[in-house]
Amino acid sequence: MPIYQAPLRDMRFVLWELSNGEAMTDLPGLADWSRDLVDPVLDEAAKLCETVLFPLNRSGDEEGCRIENGVVVTPSGFRAAYDRFREGGWTAMASDPEWGGQGMPAAVSTLVEEMICSANLSFGMYPGLSHGAYNALARHGTQALKETWLPKLVDGTWAGTMCLTEPHCGTDLGLIRTRAEPTGDGTWSVTGTKIFISAGDHDLTENILHLVLARTPGAPKGIKGISLFLVPKFRLTADGGIGPENGVTCGSLEHKMGIKASSTCVMNFDGAEGFLIGELHKGMRAMFTMMNTARLGVAVQGLGLAEVSRQNAAAYARERVQGRSLSGTKAPDKPADPIVVHPDVRRMLLTQRAHTEGCRALAITIARELDVAARHPDPEVRRAAEDYVALMTPIAKAMMTDLGSEVADLGVQVLGGHGFIREWGQEQYLRDARITRIYEGTNGVQALDLIGRKLPADGGRALRRFFHPVQAFIEAKAEDEALAPFVGPLAKTFVRLQQATAQIARVGLAKPEEAAAAATDYLRLFGLVALAHQWARMAEVALAKLAADPGDPFYRAKLATGRFYVERLLPEASARFAAIMAGGGSIIDVPDEVF
Amino acid sequence: MADLTPPPVAGESCKVAPVGTIAKVAVIGSGVMGAAIAAHVANAGVPVVLLDIPAPSGDDRSAIARAAIERMLKADPAPFMSKAAAKLVTPGNTEDDLGLVADCDLIVEAIVERLEPKQALYAKIDAVRKAGSIVSSNTSTIPLAALVEGLPERFAHDFLITHFFNPPRYMRLLEVVAGAATRSDAVEAVTRFADHRLGKSVVFCADRPGFIANRLGVTWMQAAVGEAFDRGLDVEDADAILGRPMGVPKTGIFGLIDLVGLDLMPHVVGSLAATLPEGDMFHELNRPAPLIARMIADGNTGRKGKGGFYRVNREKNKAKEAIDLATGEYRPQKRADVEAVKEAGRSLVALFEHDSEAGRYAWGVMGRTLAYAALLVGDAADDVASIDEAMRLGYNWKKGPFELIDEVGVGWFVRRLEASGLPVAPILVTAAGRPFYRVVDGRREVLGRNGAYEELKRPDGVVMLADLKLSAKPVLKNGSAALWDIGDGVACFEFTSKMNSLDPDIIDLLGKTIRTVRKDFKALVIYNEGSQFSVGANLGLALFAANIAAWGEIENLIASGQSVYKALKYAPFPVVGAPSGMALGGGCEILLHCDAVQAHAETYVGLVEVGVGLIPGWGGCKEMLARWQSLGRLPNGPMPAVAKAFELISTATVAKSAAEAKEMLFLRPSDGITMNRYRLLADAKARALSLVEGYRPPEPPRFRLAGPAAESALGMAVDGFRRLGRATVHDEVVSKALARVLAGGDTDVLVELDEDDLLTLERETFMGLARTGGTLDRIEHMLMTGRPLRN
Repeated sequence: MPIYQAPLRDMRFVLWELSNGEAMTDLPGLADWSRDLVDPVLDEAAKLCETVLFPLNRSGDEEGCRIENGVVVTPSGFRAAYDRFREGGWTAMASDPEWGGQGMPAAVSTLVEEMICSANLSFGMYPGLSHGAYNALARHGTQALKETWLPKLVDGTWAGTMCLTEPHCGTDLGLIRTRAEPTGDGTWSVTGTKIFISAGDHDLTENILHLVLARTPGAPKGIKGISLFLVPKFRLTADGGIGPENGVTCGSLEHKMGIKASSTCVMNFDGAEGFLIGELHKGMRAMFTMMNTARLGVAVQGLGLAEVSRQNAAAYARERVQGRSLSGTKAPDKPADPIVVHPDVRRMLLTQRAHTEGCRALAITIARELDVAARHPDPEVRRAAEDYVALMTPIAKAMMTDLGSEVADLGVQVLGGHGFIREWGQEQYLRDARITRIYEGTNGVQALDLIGRKLPADGGRALRRFFHPVQAFIEAKAEDEALAPFVGPLAKTFVRLQQATAQIARVGLAKPEEAAAAATDYLRLFGLVALAHQWARMAEVALAKLAADPGDPFYRAKLATGRFYVERLLPEASARFAAIMAGGGSIIDVPDEVF
Repeated sequence: MADLTPPPVAGESCKVAPVGTIAKVAVIGSGVMGAAIAAHVANAGVPVVLLDIPAPSGDDRSAIARAAIERMLKADPAPFMSKAAAKLVTPGNTEDDLGLVADCDLIVEAIVERLEPKQALYAKIDAVRKAGSIVSSNTSTIPLAALVEGLPERFAHDFLITHFFNPPRYMRLLEVVAGAATRSDAVEAVTRFADHRLGKSVVFCADRPGFIANRLGVTWMQAAVGEAFDRGLDVEDADAILGRPMGVPKTGIFGLIDLVGLDLMPHVVGSLAATLPEGDMFHELNRPAPLIARMIADGNTGRKGKGGFYRVNREKNKAKEAIDLATGEYRPQKRADVEAVKEAGRSLVALFEHDSEAGRYAWGVMGRTLAYAALLVGDAADDVASIDEAMRLGYNWKKGPFELIDEVGVGWFVRRLEASGLPVAPILVTAAGRPFYRVVDGRREVLGRNGAYEELKRPDGVVMLADLKLSAKPVLKNGSAALWDIGDGVACFEFTSKMNSLDPDIIDLLGKTIRTVRKDFKALVIYNEGSQFSVGANLGLALFAANIAAWGEIENLIASGQSVYKALKYAPFPVVGAPSGMALGGGCEILLHCDAVQAHAETYVGLVEVGVGLIPGWGGCKEMLARWQSLGRLPNGPMPAVAKAFELISTATVAKSAAEAKEMLFLRPSDGITMNRYRLLADAKARALSLVEGYRPPEPPRFRLAGPAAESALGMAVDGFRRLGRATVHDEVVSKALARVLAGGDTDVLVELDEDDLLTLERETFMGLARTGGTLDRIEHMLMTGRPLRN
């Protein structure tokens, strides 16, 4: 049977010891979020995830969603779990207190999200999408719209979705055909079909608010003519209660590889009443302002799946006995040694662990900056934080979901045949992880965003927020002998990243296709260096703690894992660097017929 | 400071082509054009008499002309290239001082545009002028035949029209009309003087109303205004359509009218309407524009008035506004956003054929304009090349009308004219689908009216890199620079990067160039034909490198630039810099390392690094110190030269002409100035060859500097500016860093420093500044907005 225990020790390490989480309370609006409050919140979240959500993970996967009488029915137990979730106030955790939210810092809610994703990613999709809709509405909606819709969205009575994709367009949203026509009374009549709509329909809430991208009559061609609308499943009565149906129906459910308990719907809008969110024709802008948080949310999904897969693989490897250690018997009382003694199994387990913990540190570093970007009183400081988040978002999204898949894949491998069968749960993590590399912008699109938008913007200003602190860290630690095993490899790969960045900037100007051909390798190189930086920082903290208490197993493990990362995983950076510097000819010059 | 240097030296070119005949000039009429023509003659180093009518009151009977000179000394853009030039202008009045005209070789009339006063003046002039002197009129509208009618034959022999464009110093076009009676040697003398001394390109025009440029230009403007009204276009969009896509300055049409003045339009239009024959296409396009009449009546006459089609509303916090052509009311200026322009990309055909109001506007205006241009062949001008040159130099079009027709194809153009019911001029029929210009065996040819191609010849002595490139292969080349063999053992180093900004590739190729020239050539000229010689280092690359903390790379670039510039200075062959336009930052520093500079008169030199929070790092500080030490004619001691260099660099001073650059020692007093842009390369090459025999590299300079004492003295000045609010927080940081370099760092007067000591200081200081947030913000702001950040 699969297991899950929230990694609270490591989470607290990352938040309090590595990321100076206690300084969060200096930010306006976060004064209450001291360690005294946060630690119990994390404990509560862990309990909910371990005891309520996790037990429904496999059953939900087996059962899936179904349509009955035209509406979607979620797997057994989901409704009750959602009620517990909602009653515990978790739907409101990251929302603004003005609308009934708890105003939790992103650095904390990110940790809670990780737990939810580990415990039951499919379940997490429902409140996750609601929060996405909340963000768009709270930032771009009129006061009247917000007063009408936000309180119940925040308290979880209602849910939300994001309706972008259509049968003929996904990445290229300029091609959208769904149309919205003015009715004359200030509302819009929305008609069209959207596909791949996560949480598009379900039985968890009494209403669902769809945020729909649509084209209005006479709008400019392409992406500049798209507007965003709020289209509820049910209209409201005059007193704000649930009124008649609104011409929004779920046409069918998709049959998918993973996240089977999350309903993925074809949604039909047939003259549905809609309300404009933000300015006419500025729908993409409204979408983009929340893209960072949504993409970071998906990054955390990769992290959550990596964590749960890692835990199960490690537990199995300690229990399962097969063969004897090559350096002599380790468990003479057993018929064979536990497989954890075998170097290749250790390699896999360490790879899982190093990537998982590195990603967690990176995620919280970014989340801290999200809080600064949203709340700091000094606009210069806010801008710097925004730059950092903007730069790191595509890297986190692609890197953490790619690694989520890789780690889940190793999880299957450690269990061997038992990983491949359903009973142990590993194959579900691998299947569930696969979508995270696709939705919210495929990882290929993330790489293009990085090289095409984030690098050249403002003469590369966003880059400064990563490169300068890392360079300063390397310079400051140059003489630190204990840290040298970490700083040395970091410095070496950092120079490669600088060279690759300069190279891409150079060729990108003259020949964009050449830069595009390098994009994925470049993002991976960047991600590897970013993780190396996190590992060097973590090693620095661990070394300081071990100086006081040399035997502390947590820090010893931290140091050991970090050493494995820089010695055995970071060298991939050299390969990626070589691939980038080889140029794109081998990709670009191949005639299409070859494929 | 002006006393330190002689008046601007006339072009080297005058030595090549001696001008015996025109040594003194008179200009009569000190209005906008007359005064500025006189100023420009003075710019050429030629003494000039400026006469106007006697002042109606006051003691000074020549007050009008005198006031004109005073006015010009304050004007911006400046008609004078230096204050010294103003001393060459002698003011006077037409009653007491007409005798001053007696020893003038050329007398230019630029008085009111009415026939009677002009003729009356000619009679007076004719009575006092010396035999063989030449008289010309700057009329833009009155036919030559009418001007000389009734005057003695002797006068008609010596008379022609020289039509300058405003402002005369900057506009390179001179339209010349010779009458049937005008003697050819007078035409030749004026042409030579205009070309070599005034730096103008002479285009010969028939004696037809409006000559070439204004006749076509005004027609174009009328078409553009009328069509914009008809189609209800926003002025921003109209300017975006007719500006960049056509190779027209980005002021487009409405911005241009604002610039020349709305009130001027009715005069020019009216005069053309009155003089052009019935049936001329101009008349179809000449329609009353009530809005423009109202704007003029309201005082909205353009930039010189309260505002024009565009204005800055001072009552609304300097909000930029534009006029709505439909309502006539001002509204906030918008960003032009024309789908057709974006979709057409670089294809003019795609723009002309674009199915939109913008596409129809583009063709509606340009189709008519180009059709009319073709009709002018054989009417206003003999050949297409004259019309193209007139529009390029008189209206600053990148391409002349026939070059534009070639771009869309003569065949396409004629079909489209026919489909639009526009006239197809005989020259288009003659072309029969062939292009107007072609290149055969490296020679440029142009289609003549007889249907045959003939070689397009440059004036005697003109050498252009563009012509050379038609057949030659570069000796060396990379993505940002090239080396050319320009004959007689001289090589030419050309920047080819965007805006000729300096980057690692240029430094790299310059290093290779030094090795190649040493081996295969006698001398090197650094020259290019871009609109700017060089705007300095490529800031985009620098900022990007700084953003990714590639400090080593930046320091390498500084070090390699220093060493290559130094190698250039001490190379065993002479190096002549030949700038035109802006030579800023690193572009100035390369000139500072040349043995000699032959500068186009319109060269704007300066060390502007502080604007982006840096200091000159490629030897600029060092060279300016050395120059002010050796050439500055300053009091003794280490401080005066330091103070001069500090003053020029810390304020990012840019010389507004080559003459002014000499005063600032960005150029040496011995450096040459070429008035005609086309003659710059030939002059530079001649200069380089003149240095070859017995060439020895310069002696390295030595420096005795006061170190911390000087640094703190300059620092106190900076503190003072800071207290007065004239220096910002980061100004102080940058100025004090500069002070340290110019003071020699930790040295004292007893120690002799060499060039490398100062280069090291420059480099270290540069790197220190590059790491500050204030400097990165400045660079970023400059890149994004084109303006310096005052942080």
